[in-house]
Amino acid sequence: MLDVRLIDGPFDPSAEMTWFTARVPDAGGVVSFLGQVRADNGVQALDIRHYGPMTLPGFRALGDTALRRWGLDGLLILHRIGEMAPGAPIVLVAGAARHRRDAFAATDFVMDHLKGESWLWKRERTTDGWRWIEPRAQDHADRARWG
Amino acid sequence: MTALARLVFLGRLEDLAGTAELAVAPGPLEQVLAGLPRELAVALLVDRVRLALNGQLLTDSGGITLGEGDELAFLPPVSGG
Repeated sequence: MLDVRLIDGPFDPSAEMTWFTARVPDAGGVVSFLGQVRADNGVQALDIRHYGPMTLPGFRALGDTALRRWGLDGLLILHRIGEMAPGAPIVLVAGAARHRRDAFAATDFVMDHLKGESWLWKRERTTDGWRWIEPRAQDHADRARWG
Repeated sequence: MTALARLVFLGRLEDLAGTAELAVAPGPLEQVLAGLPRELAVALLVDRVRLALNGQLLTDSGGITLGEGDELAFLPPVSGG
């Protein structure tokens, strides 16, 4: 089961997890990662832009890769787009598997690839105005762990 | 009346272009770019900007000709976390 969505408004991570786990009754373990807008450096807002023809298809392809690589009962990939405030949920990834190692690994793998390979562009607003966020070398290093 | 093609600007390129989308007359890419402000055209052609034609990432930006209804997207490097 693969559930991949781009969400253009606030979402409730705990409600999503309740619904996700209800759909994987045979899983022995469920691992989730929740990313939130960091409340530092005077950031007042984060805005995430996407490109319709490519962003969601890219997420689905990443989900399919994870499903092929690990024995998963289900995989959830939710990502916010649009403008959000510090503390708001940005991304929720969850993997459900018979055994916990597959669930941990698949969730970690998806996050490392989402961070640097998604067709998403982010800008943040401080008192100086909006500023586009450039790629980070660490994201490349994180992906390289997976070979 | 001739149907137009469309350019789509992502990320900071949208700020530079002053618009997210621009309708242009179909034709070779060089000709289309020649009709844009020079600063924008230069920014669109740097190596780090990837191109996607009708949602398909291009591996080679040479020899592109836009047809009627085509959508060409300019994708600057994506942001990390």
